[in-house]
Amino acid sequence: MAVTLKPQVITEVFTDPMVPVPYRVRRVRRETADTFTFEYEALDGRRFPFAPGQFNMLYLFGVGEVPISISGDPAHPELLVHTIRAVGTVTKPLCQAKPGDIIGVRGPFGSSWPVREAAGNDIVIVAGGVGLAPLRPAIYYILNHRGEYGRVVLLYGARTPGDMLYKKELAEWRGRFDLQVEVTVDAARPDEWQGNVGVVTTLIPRAHFDPHHVTALVCGPEIMMRFTILELQKRGLRDDQIYISMERNMKCAIALCGHCQYGPHFVCKDGPVFRFDRVKEIFGRREI
Amino acid sequence: MTTLERLLSEHPFFKDLDPRYIKLIAECAREVTFKAGEFIFREGDPSNKFWLIRSGKISLEVFAPGRGPIMIETLGEGDVMGWSWAVPPYRKQYDARALELTRALEFDALCIRGKCDEEPKLGYELFKRFAQIIGQRLQATRIRLIDIYGSHA
Repeated sequence: MAVTLKPQVITEVFTDPMVPVPYRVRRVRRETADTFTFEYEALDGRRFPFAPGQFNMLYLFGVGEVPISISGDPAHPELLVHTIRAVGTVTKPLCQAKPGDIIGVRGPFGSSWPVREAAGNDIVIVAGGVGLAPLRPAIYYILNHRGEYGRVVLLYGARTPGDMLYKKELAEWRGRFDLQVEVTVDAARPDEWQGNVGVVTTLIPRAHFDPHHVTALVCGPEIMMRFTILELQKRGLRDDQIYISMERNMKCAIALCGHCQYGPHFVCKDGPVFRFDRVKEIFGRREI
Repeated sequence: MTTLERLLSEHPFFKDLDPRYIKLIAECAREVTFKAGEFIFREGDPSNKFWLIRSGKISLEVFAPGRGPIMIETLGEGDVMGWSWAVPPYRKQYDARALELTRALEFDALCIRGKCDEEPKLGYELFKRFAQIIGQRLQATRIRLIDIYGSHA
């Protein structure tokens, strides 16, 4: 599906945010039946610095372009990592890419999780489904700077045990003494799963954090985020302590085309990460 | 205050409940332990008990022919298990099995209903708390019905 570019083209350094830079697929890992994690490297060897929570536009030549959150470690800018779910016209063929295939990358774009500003606080991370992917860079950052934070809690909900992302890393994180990791699934068979069963919001009342000094990072389907926010509010969090990552139909990624307009915001530029108090009046409104 | 009364008053379900009522309820309660794998009740059993979980984990399961047992919910520390004792036909709707060693406070539902008849204010207070639990479980079920993590998400 991907097109191999000529060597003379690939050595050029593009700076125009509308021009994709060619990247080669280095490694592919299947996460679930329809979700894959790709490692890409720039053909010209450039590094890819980004902030946790930002996204790229991935271009499959001849097919189209999609916004995908970066899911790698910001401490390793030499490697670009994306976790992609094969659900649409572009993502389905994008997920069929093999090592050596070339795609176009524009980015990084958008706002980021407030990992630096949250230093000194407890952190509660609530992820649902593939929503763990945009949060993974924040988790890496926080663990790389673990001493700067108080209690750190990761709450993750998936549909079934087979739909969980990053199982190996989740197991490693669960083994740490400085991180509380709780995972739940919507349904399971007892012979395949001995963990929690129920919606991710049921984990919040049992999580250990100080509601007055905590920053919450939430990512998942919008309905899941709505109920998560309600539970966090019940625990005493203010709206300005909660950050969410929004998803809309992004096209240009630089706030020109207006496809991702969300009330007075452009999700591609003002988001995808929003402090909840800044969007709470429009969040969940079906007309917007 | 007896040990049982102290355990009751420490459990989140009875938070801020009048100590007078704690004393009354304690007369219907006892401490129990379930081993990992042990069934606590089975679907269709008479519902004459409920439990406050102090530690451990319990799975509520439905058996589907051809698919085997399916875990629909797990309950842990601080949770309440069982509300079918409060409404007809007073039958358990699921299987409940301890996933790990679980400690709980077990209540004789007939005894509790008797106390509620004697002390309607206690009954009102207790049913308000159970209504909250039932509401939370209903909401959680509705969220799962939407299948929020499905391919349309």
